[in-house]
Amino acid sequence: MSGTDNLLEVRDLKQYFPIKTGMFQTTPLKAVDGVSFAIKPGETLGLVGESGCGKTTVGRSLLRLYKPTGGQVFFEGEEVTDANMTALRKKMQMVFQDPYSSLNPRMTVEDIIGEPLDVHKLYNGKKERRDKILNLMELVGLNAEHATRYAHEFSGGQRQRIGIARALAVDPKFIVCDEPVSALDVSIQAQVINMFEELKEKLGVAYLFIAHDLLVVHHIADRIAVMYLGKIVEVAKADDLNLSPMHPYTLSLLSAIPIPDPHIAHSRQRIILEGDVPSPMNLPTGCSFRTRCQYATERCAKECPTLTDRGDGHFVACFNK
Amino acid sequence: MSECLLEVKELCTYFHTDAGEVKAVNGVSFTLEAGKILGIVGESGSGKSVTAYSIMQILAENGRIASGEILYKGQDVAKYNKNQLKGFRGKVCSIIFQDPMTSLNPVFTIGNQLEEAILLHTDKNKEQAKARAIEILTLVGVNEPEKRLKQYPHELSGGMRQRVMIAMALVCEPDILIADEPTTALDVTIQAQILELMQELQKKLGMAIILVTHDLGVIADMCDEIIVMYGGRVCERGNAEDIFYHPKHEYTKGLLRSIPSITNAKQKLIPIAGTPINLLNMPKGCAFCSRCDAAMKICLTEIPEEMRLSETHLASCWLNFKAQMEEGGAGK
Repeated sequence: MSGTDNLLEVRDLKQYFPIKTGMFQTTPLKAVDGVSFAIKPGETLGLVGESGCGKTTVGRSLLRLYKPTGGQVFFEGEEVTDANMTALRKKMQMVFQDPYSSLNPRMTVEDIIGEPLDVHKLYNGKKERRDKILNLMELVGLNAEHATRYAHEFSGGQRQRIGIARALAVDPKFIVCDEPVSALDVSIQAQVINMFEELKEKLGVAYLFIAHDLLVVHHIADRIAVMYLGKIVEVAKADDLNLSPMHPYTLSLLSAIPIPDPHIAHSRQRIILEGDVPSPMNLPTGCSFRTRCQYATERCAKECPTLTDRGDGHFVACFNK
Repeated sequence: MSECLLEVKELCTYFHTDAGEVKAVNGVSFTLEAGKILGIVGESGSGKSVTAYSIMQILAENGRIASGEILYKGQDVAKYNKNQLKGFRGKVCSIIFQDPMTSLNPVFTIGNQLEEAILLHTDKNKEQAKARAIEILTLVGVNEPEKRLKQYPHELSGGMRQRVMIAMALVCEPDILIADEPTTALDVTIQAQILELMQELQKKLGMAIILVTHDLGVIADMCDEIIVMYGGRVCERGNAEDIFYHPKHEYTKGLLRSIPSITNAKQKLIPIAGTPINLLNMPKGCAFCSRCDAAMKICLTEIPEEMRLSETHLASCWLNFKAQMEEGGAGK
């Protein structure tokens, strides 16, 4: 998975959060526990998993919104550290899930999109600033007349466009998209997904596209990584993952997606997982999926499987598949 | 045809706000047959939840049923007095909500909340109520029910909480269960568990379910009959076959085109243009006309009537009338 042509490389990223469990006692919550992956320039990596699996934390740790507990992140071969973090954020940006809480209600759209320009001093004079902002608004399909409006005057889909314009303001090479369409209605969701794809073609930007909806991720991503309880359990090309999934968790995740086609929905075999996701404070020994896995053996309880190559860029962390 | 359990006739529910009157539901009619699962699908603001709340009579204070009837066994629920409503809610008709965290009371134990419903609606004593609570928790697949009775909602996972909500709704064996986005707040693997549970319980107890959701996938999996709503009106109704394979309303067609699926991964999605409707400023004609590619002159000025396309399938779109006229013309 290593190579010098990678835009972003993550090695053994760990993010633990201390949780108070007694008066003088803290227990680490292992939100992300040894995650490695790489993204090439202009590539979209989808990151899927259920709530609490650590997918959002991965995105935030990459940009050092959290200080990682362990591991390294390289961007264009340069390690991301506290010292160069601000400079690197000119190249790495983020789009957040909730378009309602991620925009400052007291700022106009112009100021929201202009703020990154201000921070990184990317213009000479007011006119250039305004031109840049209007260009960005046009790029994401917003009406230039709306520049002086406030965020609350827009619908959910339009707000998400504002958030995307803000991320694009510094002309980044890489954007972490954290569930950017899950708060939107289906009819609007398609508009925003199309926009992400158009921007990728136009600007050559790479995405880490975090979502829980596998169908959305499959549509937009080149490769998909599946996370379960802080670890990546399977990585493959989008089509391979959907057509020939290997990890038992991916299998059940795929079979659990409601398919909007009654004939398929009624004829397919469903694998319904038993029980709930274990608490990340109290992980099972060995493979963390074994408590819900129908193929679990004794070995799974003792050892933790690592990602192994199954050919053609398909990596799976499972002993039995 | 089986027994008609609930009949909603020309229901209009309006909300009074500072900005003006919001016509959230604008003439919705449907019948619910015993033992069937009826799906109501639409996006936010389509009036699907308000329709459900109107049936339960749990509208917010500024909301009112402006006109129309909700008939249960020939009686209008909208005209029930407080006492009659007490007998209706919970016993005849129950509801489960989207977010199981906010719909359970955080300061009472699960047992407390379950037993309250039993004591209120039946003449069981406390001990019998507890036994019934354990029985119903077992039925919905909650493990260690005795222990759960003493726990508070925050001690349970999302899926468990939704099971408790379902248990609470079913504890008095209602004829009708309204499920308002029951799995939207849950993860897919837990969603699959809950949907399977609902299907199982429906078969076992034989109640009718009104399933309100925005997720066409859930609808395809669960429903016998489907209503598609937009802007407070029904735009299309039919069985799963009709809606998914022969949609006859431009909005339904648009919805089906716009969702990503396994097969269209490498193609561009075809979104529905424009933004969702503003209920304060409803168009004079068809609610969908401003976003419809095929809109005609008549769509701007007149609300389309419902046209019967087959025994099960009805749609409210002027295009169907046009097609019929052209067909008639060709026939001559």
